[in-house]
Amino acid sequence: MRFAPGLCALAALALLAPVPQALGQAKPGAPKAPPAVADKDAVTAEFEKFRAVLEDANPAELFEARGEELWKTRRGPNNASLERCDLGLGPGVVKGAYVQLPRYFADVDKVMDAERRIVHCMTTLQGFKLEELAKRPFSTDTATPEPVSLVTFVAGQSRGMKIAVPQKHPKERETYEIGREIFFYRAGAYDFSCASCHGEDGKRIRTQQLPNYTKPDQAIRAYQGWPGYRMTGGLMHTLQWRLWDCFRQQRFPEPGYVSDTGTALLTYLGVNANGHVYKGPGIKR
Amino acid sequence: MADPMKIRARLEGDVADVRVLMAHPMETGQRKDSAGNVVPLHFIQTITAQLNGKPVFQAEVSQAISRNPVFGFKVKGAKAGDKLTITWIDNKGDKRTDEVTLTAG
Repeated sequence: MRFAPGLCALAALALLAPVPQALGQAKPGAPKAPPAVADKDAVTAEFEKFRAVLEDANPAELFEARGEELWKTRRGPNNASLERCDLGLGPGVVKGAYVQLPRYFADVDKVMDAERRIVHCMTTLQGFKLEELAKRPFSTDTATPEPVSLVTFVAGQSRGMKIAVPQKHPKERETYEIGREIFFYRAGAYDFSCASCHGEDGKRIRTQQLPNYTKPDQAIRAYQGWPGYRMTGGLMHTLQWRLWDCFRQQRFPEPGYVSDTGTALLTYLGVNANGHVYKGPGIKR
Repeated sequence: MADPMKIRARLEGDVADVRVLMAHPMETGQRKDSAGNVVPLHFIQTITAQLNGKPVFQAEVSQAISRNPVFGFKVKGAKAGDKLTITWIDNKGDKRTDEVTLTAG
């Protein structure tokens, strides 16, 4: 490193995992440790500190920027942009849409979550093929699928807003019930359900604290931080991937890309988390 | 074309606290793809920062840096309205330059 004379650069260097000192002040009161049991947990507290530092410069922002460009660019066989895509608040309204998804859409007579709706817009407005998009739905070290960047952009437009997943329409309530069913459904080689890990307080896998999604103050942790930039491998992932991976870990048949199953579970988790503030795309270990 | 950088600069007095996010695969040259072939070395080699066109520093970095790296530093003697320019060049000759104007607060 070479310093030019005259001007003085104080310090450079804070690459891969920036140390707290080099970053100066972290955001005040940014991370809140989960309540009760977790409060006493020193390891978790350290993880939360680490996360707060990382959140200060989150590579997810890069994907937000890429997603915004994808949103506004005319693409696909129909040479159309997504600016007429209705995410539930009217065509083209992105601000605040993410925290109100999944919701019921009259045009398809279905409840759809964010990624599913975006993929729906990509197929109907831009003419992309769902089968093609479903072939490589998740980020790899060589490529980040377009829906992933788009979801990250849309999620970023709800930063700091309260989660308000609607339950007005009968289908929305039905989807919630189905989601709850799936959440507690025990099956597979391990006789597992989502609730086996996420149904009581104080559970963990290695050092990872597992939130209890049946409680509102912890259910927010299913939404918080997603879409998330995963330090492991440096990949951007959405909730669609998170659910898929949970199914895989339970040795369940993996749900189809943007399927009813995913929407139902996300409705269940979203409604449980209603009223909590969504902090935008996050960063994961 | 490389994706744009995200530059965030916060002025505290005459010190600008700068955080730069760069989109880059940063291949180490030691990984193999699913077919077993070595993924060729591809990493940012040089990073330069300029304040109003005047070089502040130049950094030579290696493939040991993570994918999509974050680069943080402080610049003394900066004021609102100054233009901060960051450029990176990788080992394949790709480059990207982005600029921000410092604002008070």
